[in-house]
Amino acid sequence: MNIVVLVKQVPDSGAERELRSDDQTIDRSSANNVLNEMDEYAVEEALKLQEALGGEVTVLTMGPEQAGEAIRKALQMGPDKAVHVLDGALHGSCAVATSKVLAAALRTLNPDLVLAGAESTDGRVQVMPHMIAERLGIAALTGARKLTVDGGTLTVERQTEEGYEVVTAATPAIVSVWDTINEPRYPSLKGIMAAKKKPVQTLSLADLGISPDEVGFAGSTSTVVESTKRPPRQAGTKVTDSGDGGVQLVEFLATERFV
Amino acid sequence: MSTLDLLGLSELHSGEEREISSTVRRLLDDQVRPHVMQWYEDGRVPARELAREFGKLGLLGMHLSGYGCAGASAVAYGLACLELEAADSGVRSLVSVQGSLAMYAIWRYGSAEQKQEWLPRMATGEALGCFGLTEPDHGSDPASMATRARRDGTDWILDGGKMWITNAPVAAVAVIWARGPEGIVGFAVPTDTPGFTAREVRHKLSLRASSTGEVVLDGVRVPESARLPEARGLKAPLSCLTEARAGIAWGALGAARDCLTVTIDYATSRYQFGRPVAGFQLTQAKLADMAVEWHKGYLLALHLGRRADAGILTPEQVSVGKLNNVREALAIARTCRTILGANGISGEYPVLRHANNLESVLTYEGTSEIHQLVIGQKLTGLSAFS
Repeated sequence: MNIVVLVKQVPDSGAERELRSDDQTIDRSSANNVLNEMDEYAVEEALKLQEALGGEVTVLTMGPEQAGEAIRKALQMGPDKAVHVLDGALHGSCAVATSKVLAAALRTLNPDLVLAGAESTDGRVQVMPHMIAERLGIAALTGARKLTVDGGTLTVERQTEEGYEVVTAATPAIVSVWDTINEPRYPSLKGIMAAKKKPVQTLSLADLGISPDEVGFAGSTSTVVESTKRPPRQAGTKVTDSGDGGVQLVEFLATERFV
Repeated sequence: MSTLDLLGLSELHSGEEREISSTVRRLLDDQVRPHVMQWYEDGRVPARELAREFGKLGLLGMHLSGYGCAGASAVAYGLACLELEAADSGVRSLVSVQGSLAMYAIWRYGSAEQKQEWLPRMATGEALGCFGLTEPDHGSDPASMATRARRDGTDWILDGGKMWITNAPVAAVAVIWARGPEGIVGFAVPTDTPGFTAREVRHKLSLRASSTGEVVLDGVRVPESARLPEARGLKAPLSCLTEARAGIAWGALGAARDCLTVTIDYATSRYQFGRPVAGFQLTQAKLADMAVEWHKGYLLALHLGRRADAGILTPEQVSVGKLNNVREALAIARTCRTILGANGISGEYPVLRHANNLESVLTYEGTSEIHQLVIGQKLTGLSAFS
C-alpha cells in the first residue's frame, strides 16, 4: 500500500505567535517553527500500516524553503521519501488554493491512501482532507481515532463529541487522524542520520501545471484583512472568605456558566 | 543545549548533532526524569525496561557500526551521554557500560560468531551486558587481578570474583577479564552459566538508580568459543575504558548542567532579605565561576570528541577530559547545593543526588588520582605506578 502523509510546518503552539503586519500571514521569522503535532500521528499511522502491509510512505508538504525542516523531522520517523511543493507564488494561499496544489501533487504520486492530521495548530480549519477528497473524487474519512485496512477497504472510528461513528470507504481515500489514534514513535538515532540521505523531490507550480494567479493572494477565496491582538488577560476575581466563601464561589461559577 | 550557553556552543554542532541531543532529551523527559528520584530513593532501577526503550531509540552502542548499531559520531554519543547524565549518572552508567564497555569489548575483540550472537540483541536492549574487570582487592591496579582462567581440555574454567560491576545483576552476558596462562584474557560469559552469580550490591549512597553487582565465578566452565580471540593482555580492557571515559567527560557535564539550571532558577525565585538570592554578589560570583568552568569543560569534551571522530584521540587526552570534567562537575554540584541551602539536601531537587552520584563517577573508570598519574607520566616520562 502506497501512502502519502500530508505534513505542515507550523509555529510552535506553545510559544507566542504573531501575524505579519504587512500581509496578515504568519510571521515565520519570529516563531519557533515545528512539525504540526497532529501530523506526527498521521506519520505514525502510515508507518504502522507500512510495517503490516508493505509499500512506500511519502511525505508531502507545501510551504517555503524552511518547511524542509518539517519534512526532515517527519522523515526521521521513518518514511521513505518526500515531496516539497515550493514556489514563491504560493505565499498567502487560502485553504481552497492550498487544496488545489496538494491535490495536483497527489495526482503525481497516485497513492492508495492519504493520511493527514485532523487539524494544524495554526489555521485549525480542518477542511483540507475534505477539499482534497472533493478535488480527487475520493472518499474522506475524517477525525479518525482508529483505522483498519482490509484489502481495499478502510474502516475508521470517527471521533465525535458523543462517542464515535464507524465509517468505511474503498481505497483510494484520504483519512485524517486525531491524537487518540496512536502514540507516535521517537525518531531513532539511525532515523535521524538516515533522514538526510532520503530523497526529497521539489515541485514548482509549473511542474504541477498550476498558474501562479490560481494560488497565493491572487487565487485565494479568502484573505485576512485585519487582525487584532488578543486582549491581555484580565485580573481574576478574588474571593475573600468571611463565612460566605462557598456561596460566593458558587455564585461566581453560576454567573460564568461553569455550573 | 540548554539556555545555559554563554558562548554560542550550540553553533559548534551540526543540525544532526543537535537533533540527536534533543531527541535523547525528549525521551528522558518522558520516561526517566519523572521517575528517577523514586528509583534513587528505592535503590532500584527498571534496567531491563529502560534498556528496551533506549534500544528502540538506538542509544545502545550508538557509536559502533553494524549489528544494528546506529554508527553515530563520537560527538553525538557524547551529547547523548550528557543528556542521559543530566537525568542521572546511574542511568548514563547503564548506557555507558552497555555500549562502551560490554558491546565495545565484543565488537572490538570478539569473534564473528560472538558479535552475531550478542551485538544485535544488545543494541535493541533485549540483552544487557556487563564488564568485569575490577575486583574486591584490585581496583586501580587491575594487572594484579586474582581471577584466574585455566584450560581444561578445550574448555576454560574461570575462578574468582569481580566487584562494583554495573548492570551485572540484570545482564545476560558478562565480559569477564581473567589471568590466563599467557596473560590477561577476556570472555563473553552467558550469565546463566553454572557457577556464575551476580549479587546486587546494597547500601550504596551513590548511583542508587543503577544496578551494581558483585560477581562470583566459581568454576565457571566456558568453551574456547567464549574467549574474545582478539583480546591480548591488559591493553584490551584498558582500551574499552578509554571508550567509556570519553563518554563520561561529556556525561558529567550533564549532571552539572542540571544542577546549574535548577540552581539559577531557584536563586532567582528564592527571596531572602527582601530580594532574590541571585541578586547577592556572593551568589553571582558562584554562578559565574560555575558557568565558566562548565563552558571550559564543554569545549574540552567537544575537542576530545572531534579528535575521536578524526581517529587521533589518545588515552592521555581522555584522562585530561575525565579528570577535569568530573572534578569540576562535582564541585559545581556541591556549590549549587550551598545556594539551595537546606532545600539542597532534599530529593525535591536533583542537586545532592547528582553530587552523590558524581562521587562514584570521580572514582570509577579511573580515579582522579590515576588520571593525574597518566597525565604526569606523559609530562615527565616517569611512571609513578610501576
